[in-house]
Parts: sequence; structure tokens; C-alpha cells
Amino acid sequence: MLSLDGVSKSIKGREVLHETSLTFPAGQTTVVIGQSGCGKTTLLRLVLGLMTPDTGTVTFDGETVTPQNAETLRHRIGYVIQHGGLFPHLTSRQNVTLLARYLGRPRADIAARVDMLADLMQIAPDMLDRFPGTLSGGQRQRVALMRALMLDPPVLLMDEPLGALDPMIRFGLQADLSRIFSRLHKTVVLVTHDMHEAAYFAHGIVLMREGRVLQTGSLDDLLHRPAESFVTEFVRAQRADPRLAAA
Amino acid sequence: MPLRALWLVCLLAVSGVALAGDTLVVGSKRFTESYILGEIITQTAEAAGTPAEHRQGMGNTAIVFEAIKAGSIDVYPDYTGTIARQLLGIEATDLETLNRHLEPYGLAAGVKFGFQNTYALALLDSVAERLHITKVSDLVHHPELRVGLGHEFLERNDGWPGLRKAYGLPQRPEGLDHGLAYEAIAAHQIDVMDIYSTDAKIARYHLRVLEDDRHYFPEYDAVMVYRRDLPARFPEAWAALRRLRGAISAKQMIRMNAEAELDGRTFRAVAAGFLGKSQEVLAGRGGFLDKLFGPDTWRLTREHLFLVFGSLLGAVLLGVPLGVWATRNVAVGQVILSVVGIAQTIPSLALLALLIPLLGMIGTIPAIVALFLYSLLPIVRNTHAGLTGIAPNLLESARALGLPTRARLRLVELPLAAGSILAGIKTSAVINVGTATIAAFVGAGGYGERIVTGLALNDHELLLGGAIPAAALALIVQWSFDGLERLIVPAGLRKGGSS
Repeated sequence: MLSLDGVSKSIKGREVLHETSLTFPAGQTTVVIGQSGCGKTTLLRLVLGLMTPDTGTVTFDGETVTPQNAETLRHRIGYVIQHGGLFPHLTSRQNVTLLARYLGRPRADIAARVDMLADLMQIAPDMLDRFPGTLSGGQRQRVALMRALMLDPPVLLMDEPLGALDPMIRFGLQADLSRIFSRLHKTVVLVTHDMHEAAYFAHGIVLMREGRVLQTGSLDDLLHRPAESFVTEFVRAQRADPRLAAA
Repeated sequence: MPLRALWLVCLLAVSGVALAGDTLVVGSKRFTESYILGEIITQTAEAAGTPAEHRQGMGNTAIVFEAIKAGSIDVYPDYTGTIARQLLGIEATDLETLNRHLEPYGLAAGVKFGFQNTYALALLDSVAERLHITKVSDLVHHPELRVGLGHEFLERNDGWPGLRKAYGLPQRPEGLDHGLAYEAIAAHQIDVMDIYSTDAKIARYHLRVLEDDRHYFPEYDAVMVYRRDLPARFPEAWAALRRLRGAISAKQMIRMNAEAELDGRTFRAVAAGFLGKSQEVLAGRGGFLDKLFGPDTWRLTREHLFLVFGSLLGAVLLGVPLGVWATRNVAVGQVILSVVGIAQTIPSLALLALLIPLLGMIGTIPAIVALFLYSLLPIVRNTHAGLTGIAPNLLESARALGLPTRARLRLVELPLAAGSILAGIKTSAVINVGTATIAAFVGAGGYGERIVTGLALNDHELLLGGAIPAAALALIVQWSFDGLERLIVPAGLRKGGSS
């Protein structure tokens, strides 16, 4: 339902994505992993139509993404950007409901949906009436995820959702996200540089380096059938100390 | 011109100024004698049962002449020499010649009041005595004398340029306000000044008036300049005004000038005294507090507020969209910011002088247009800065949600920039309160009226009576905006929270 076909993109003369073709299977979580600057975030921005490919096409639900239809397509794609991107002038509840209110959805429906999402994300109701500036990093990510899920989009894109969090909060949110993904049956594309996150969430992993896809497959494929030596290097470099892993 | 019509509607709605044609509007220039003669004309018309309004101290000769040409006023006092030399650029000063030249403007000159107020040069008696100077041609031998002249005399055709040529004077004069020149000469800051022969202060400051031995200065008979339709529109008033012919001698005029400048009487009282009305108006101008809280305080406040907020409203309505537009395209943005920046650099009096012929009127409207132009820069610049200062991830977040451009602007960008925009509006409002005092120079009223009159009379208390309320108003405006900030700037931004 969401795919890229031969997509290339250059920014300021530098090619950040090279002839990339990918399909993100419906209802599954795909983790796109790679070092900083490998083209992960560009890939998400192309899917949302925030950028136009130089060559190739992005297809969503049978429709080619163009600057003309991108705006309405975005209503069916939830996006959690790095650090959440919550609007500081709006309360959490206003952030979550902004688009739904703009689109004139019935108030009762909005309220019911917010209650459901708050319950799902384990956000206390009083937290919803606070401004993002007064929330912890983990709480902000939960609210940002509520905002992305407000219109119940079939696709959810997340850019380093756990990146800026301290380990304890990270651990809790990671478990919650995993539970939510499997319960909602969304097509999830999660971008990260952390192999542990990939291992934790992914049905399938896309490993990228310098604008190219090196390997697509399961964690097992990457560990035991690496496409090239960099795959092994990348995985090994991120392996935790075995004494900690065993504990 | 829908914009002009809009201003007019605003003007009528808010200030309640009647622009109806059934009131005789009298103008006057910015010096004591003109104020008094204007007041005499006004009270004479009123006594004849014609509603009359005195726009006092509208500005210099050029501004008042523009005003009567445009029909903003119906009549004002002037002098035959001034009309000939400065306004018409001719030599002859007889009424017949003047009227032939005034006719194309729909104007006429007539009703000689009966005295002359000619220009002259004067020195302190003590200095003149020491240097043996009695006539203008003696000045040729004293190039070291410092000459301080009123700005108008310095520039006008019948003023310094012609005088210098006629006598071959070597001095290089400096310009200063006529009201300040007496103080300056008394303090030996200058040696020679220009005076009017009916000035009340000649005796008080012990000045020697120099003889015009080459008869350079023309006849300066005091007359009325009026619109040719005045006699038909206001027949009763006109009959009464004609009876002022020959009614004022030079001696009477000097005494009236002295009553106003030295005894502290109001112009209204001086005129009433002359017209033989012994009313409460004969009272003096009173102490400082009486001037500060005079009966005109409320009117001046209303006029001042209207000038400040009328222009500010227009500047917000245009400035915020301009600021938004400037962020949409870098090239357009630079042009917009440059143009509003240039408008800011034009001196306020110059801008007013340019706007009067451009708009074909004097008073409130050119003043509001000038203040509007000054208000634009802070508002446009702060709107632009507020919008371009928004964190890129928030803009991305708004786009990614699928909000259209206009909705992003309204729901996300403008609220995030609200603090900066409001700060720009506050800056404009506070500056406007100060700049609006200049508006009195073109007859737009406000606290500046007291400052202008105070300058003309050399009355420091009256001057402060205008400056103090203006300063207080600036503080009140500042505080009000601080309060408004708490209402308008979203709560989440005030606590210094970040995303």
C-alpha cells in the first residue's frame, strides 16, 4: 500500500537518496536503520510529499504522491517528527485535536477519540490540559503520537521517536509502542539509528548507507545472511556488552 | 479613492468633527498676532450669528495658503507684502493687483485692518549703541555679528535672500524658531534677529529696530485672505467682517500682542477685549495647573488618541499582511522592508508638508496618513522577524499534519509570532504618541496644539502643559500593551516552555 519506485533526491547538489525502491507491507512495522545522514529522514519526507522526488514515484494507496494531493494524503498518514514537534502555544489536547477541529469533525467524536487515545497512551486527563513546555520528554512523545493517530490513519511514520529520551522512560515507552502497534495493525515505518530498537519493533528491517538501501530483510537475515561486510560491521558495532545483555 | 473615503468615515465616526459647510472656518498662522486676528475674525462672525470655528496656528504661510486653496478654511489673516512676495512672486502690493493674481485660485484679499506689520532687523540696544549701528546698511561693516532668523524669514522670497542682496550683507545666518529668538538674543547667543514691527517684546527685551534705509521691505498691510464664495455663503458674517476695515491701529495691535505674550491672556480673551466684550474670557491664562488641566484637555486628549489609534489601526491592518508577505518571498521581503524603512527616515514635518498638496487638505487626515507611514516599519519588521524566527521543526510539524497554508498561518504561525508582532505594535503606538504632537503644526489638534502655541508665545508652562500629558499618555499606552500582551500572547509561550 506504501511504496517507493526508483526514487532519487538531491539536496543542494548532494544526492541524499539514490534510485531507491521499497515496499512497506501493510499492517507491519518496518524499521529503517542507518547512521545519521544516510537518507532516512529524507525518505519519510518524500513519502509525506514534503519533498518531491527528482526521479521515480512514491505511491500511497494506489495514488502517486504529488504536490497537489500531498496535503490531503497527509490526513491518512500519521507523522511523529523528531522531538515530537508539538506546538508550544497549544495545550496537549489542542495539539492533538488541531487538525480534526480544523476539518470540522463533530465535537463528540473528537472528545471520544481523545479519551480513547489518552487511555491507550496512558496519558492522564489533567496532562492533556497542560502546555507541552511543562511535560517530560516521554509525555511529549506520547502526546505527539496521540496527535499522529487522531484521525486513525492507516499509516504511521516515526522519526527517532525514542531518540531524546533517558533510558528508563525509553524502556517504558518502547514497551507501550510495541503493544500499540500490534493492537492497532497500522503500517508503521520507524526510523532509527539504534539496532536494539530495530530488533525490538521490526517485522522487517531496511538498512541504509549513504543514500542507498544495503539490505532488506528480517533481523535474522541481517545477522546471518549479511548482504555485505558493512552490514555485519554495523550490527556488531551496536551489540551491547554480553554481560549486560544476559542480565 | 476608497481609502480616503474610509479615513473620512473613520474621522467622522470617531472624532465627531463636523465637516458640514455651514460653519465659517477661520485659519491662522503660527505666531501671536495671527492667532489674535484669527480669533477677532472668528468672534466677529459669531457675533453676527454665524457658527465659526478657529483652526489656530495651523502652520507657516505655505501650509495655511494650501489650506485655503483646498477649501479647508474660508478666511485667514495675512499681510499684503507676504501675499505679493511669497505667495504670488510679484512686486506690487496693492489690493487690485493682488486680487487679479488671487482670482485664479478662487481667492481674494481685502478688509485692511488698519495697521502694518513689517519685517525688520533688530539688535540689543546695548550692542547697537557700542557698535554705532542704527540702520540695516550699517551691518555691512560688521560681518562678525551672528544673525539668527526664523526659518520662514530665512527662506521666503521677501526675507533674507532678497535682503542680503539688496544690502550686500556678509553674515551667514542660522535658523531658529521665532519664539526662541528673543531668549537667544537676550542671552547673547545671537546678535541680530528678525522681528515683526508689532512685536510686543521689542520694548521688553530692549531691542533697537534698524531702519530699512534702502526701503527693501514692501508694504505689509494686515488684510484678510478669503475664498471668493465667502460673501455669498455667509452674508451676515461678511457684513460684520467688513466693518473691521481700519479698525485696528498699530498701537492697538502691539498692545494686544503684549496682552497675550506678556500678561498671559488667552487669545480668546484678548480678541474679546478688543471687540468690547467684557466677559469671563478676559481672565488671564492662569497658573501652570490651569494650563495643564485647561477646559480643552478632554478635546485635545480625544484628538490625540484619535490620531494615534486611527493611524495605528491602519498600520496594523496593512503592516501585518505586508510582514507575512515579506516572509513568503525573499526578494519581495527585501523590497517591502526597504520601502517601509525609507518612509521612516523622512522627517515628520517634511512628510506632512508633502502630504498636504498630495491629499489636497490639511488637518487630521494628512496627520493620520503620516503617522500611519511611521507606524508601518516596526509592525512589518516585527511580523517578519516573528514569523521567520519560528523553529523549523514546528513549521514542518504543521505541514506534516496536512494543514493548508492559510490554516497554518492562522492556527500556528501567527500565534507563535504574536509576541513579536504585539511588541512591534506597542513600539509604533508609543512612538506615535510622541510624533502626533507634530500634527498640531498642520492643524490636526492634539496635545501638540499646546506645544505649538507655547512655542509661539514663548510660554514654557503652556508648552509643558502639552508635553506632560503626551509623556503620560505614552506611559499609559506602554502599560496597556503590557497588559494586552498577557491576554493575546498564548499562555504556553509566556512560561518559556519549548516543544
